[in-house]
Amino acid sequence: MKSKRLMLALSALLLAACDHPAPQAAAPTATPPAPAASTAKSAAQFQPPADSSIPNDDFGKQIALGREIFIDPGRYAKAYVGNQLSCENCHLDAGRLAHSAPLWGAYPMYPAYRSKNHKVNTFAERLQGCFNYSMNGKAPPLGDPVLVALESYAYWMSRNAPIGTSLPGRGYPKLAKPAQAPDYARGETVYKRDCALCHGDNGQGQQAAGRTVFPPLWGAQSFNWGAGMEQVNNAAGFIKANMPLSRGNTLTDQDAWDVAYFMDAHERPQDPRYSGSIPATRTSFHDTPDSLYGATVNGHLLGQGTNQP
Amino acid sequence: MNSLRIATMLACVLFAGSALADNSGGATIARQGNGHGAAPCMACHGADGGGQAAAGFPRLAGLPQAYLRKQLEDFANGTRANATMQPVAGALTDAERDAVVAYYAHLPIPTPAPVAAPTGDVAARGQTLATRGRWSDGLPACEQCHGPGGIGVGDHFPPLAAQSATYISNALQAWKQGARHNDPLQLMQHVATSLSDADIAAISAWYAAQPATPPKEPQS
Ligand code: HEC
Ligand code: HEC
Repeated sequence: MKSKRLMLALSALLLAACDHPAPQAAAPTATPPAPAASTAKSAAQFQPPADSSIPNDDFGKQIALGREIFIDPGRYAKAYVGNQLSCENCHLDAGRLAHSAPLWGAYPMYPAYRSKNHKVNTFAERLQGCFNYSMNGKAPPLGDPVLVALESYAYWMSRNAPIGTSLPGRGYPKLAKPAQAPDYARGETVYKRDCALCHGDNGQGQQAAGRTVFPPLWGAQSFNWGAGMEQVNNAAGFIKANMPLSRGNTLTDQDAWDVAYFMDAHERPQDPRYSGSIPATRTSFHDTPDSLYGATVNGHLLGQGTNQP
Repeated sequence: MNSLRIATMLACVLFAGSALADNSGGATIARQGNGHGAAPCMACHGADGGGQAAAGFPRLAGLPQAYLRKQLEDFANGTRANATMQPVAGALTDAERDAVVAYYAHLPIPTPAPVAAPTGDVAARGQTLATRGRWSDGLPACEQCHGPGGIGVGDHFPPLAAQSATYISNALQAWKQGARHNDPLQLMQHVATSLSDADIAAISAWYAAQPATPPKEPQS
């Protein structure tokens, strides 16, 4: 047993020395499933209509276009996108999945006052924010065909949902504060064990045939410092419910907080509202313990951006 | 004269060394076996590494090297239980495993024999699972990990496109029944538990009929 392990280690070393990928290091070992939090779909869960029921008329065309944009904005709304992400990367199943901020949870809740910009936002304005920050692009102007199509899709999906009632499954789950304050080193351990397989050793994601398969979690091609996912609480809730993909709710809450902290303690494109000073930008837009913008982690002052157009 | 001879000899030794560590040793094993217990891979996986679809012997040509290497390891240690492959993998030394997977990873993907594409309900079910998944059962789309058209992604996610339907179906059943448990993060074991026999048949037929190479993206 011991000698076998030694041999494996040796061969891994030799392989690495020859610059071959070391297979042993390649695949993380399976983790025992954590005590499952109850995610059982409550009977009362809102059911969005099936895609096949998109009407076959001029309105239906806009709904279908909105769905295409949501799944592949880099193709269908190219002018407004500045990274390799899609809306669906953070709103799973084309915006249908409960606990991943589904569109049917959002649409009936607007217009709404948002402290992010201190004003009442219409649904279209909420969508603009996603392009500015999550997509690191620029907002389509109000009335732009892209916003009209996305709004049509969200409206259609919310059919029969009550207006102004926050439905179960809306947004990302709000996790209770963790027993221990989120920690970079513990987060890194979780990342290497449960995330790097898909999202890459440096959070860069993976592509195939020129398309994003595993989205980048940080760096120049990810969401920028103004995005909601930049806040550790939002990221922890999303990750707990949805990651690793298809194994949602297997991480402990502590692991989810730690790995969210680790992810959000990496550099990404600058906040478009950057005023020329990191501390001033923090005071204006990131004045919460859930943002690491302007914090120093591991000797690195966060919020410098990635110097990418 | 003398120094030239030494240089030539050195070059030969270096060349032989690198070739052995690389593909030619692998090619020999593929064609002839290793002479001490491992049968020639070709016998089942085909002269061009394209596999034998009907018998469920998978294509190896062009698969990710790290993925193939891990499978050999796992056949040998039993985390991927397979009566045919266990003795073969067990008879290969580490160096031979390296050589043979390097050989197959770099082989060009042969043109597969045409496969009848599924139709009707089977096609619809296969395509939906492949491209959209079934999130009501927590199932992501296959292509969310195996890439657009199932062409494979990186070191850990092998191609499904143009793979033998029998092979894909056997693999899914093996995960479902627990004979195969060498998948990272238990991703496939978990996914397979949500697949019915009809799902497995539809996905296998769907991917077997997909082109092995990436579909050309329209430049937009
Ligand atoms: C990097 C991840 C990410 C991407 C990409 C992304 N979003 Fe979001 N989105 C979020 C987060 C985080 C929230 C806030 C969720 C919460 O408050 O629980 C959010 C919220 C929303 C909301 C409001 C939800 C509600 O319940 O009020 C809508 C609508 C929305 N996004 C649409 C989009 C659209 C359209 C796109 C693509 C153009 C997009 N998002 C891309 C992360 C993302
Ligand atoms: C099996 C592959 C896989 C693993 C493992 C995995 N993810 Fe993901 N992740 C994905 C895919 C695929 C998406 C996009 C989902 C979609 O488009 O439907 C995604 C999306 C995300 C997103 C939102 C998009 C973005 O770029 O910000 C975050 C954040 C994320 N993952 C974090 C994690 C973390 C943290 C872990 C480890 C706990 C993890 N993931 C493990 C495949 C994976």
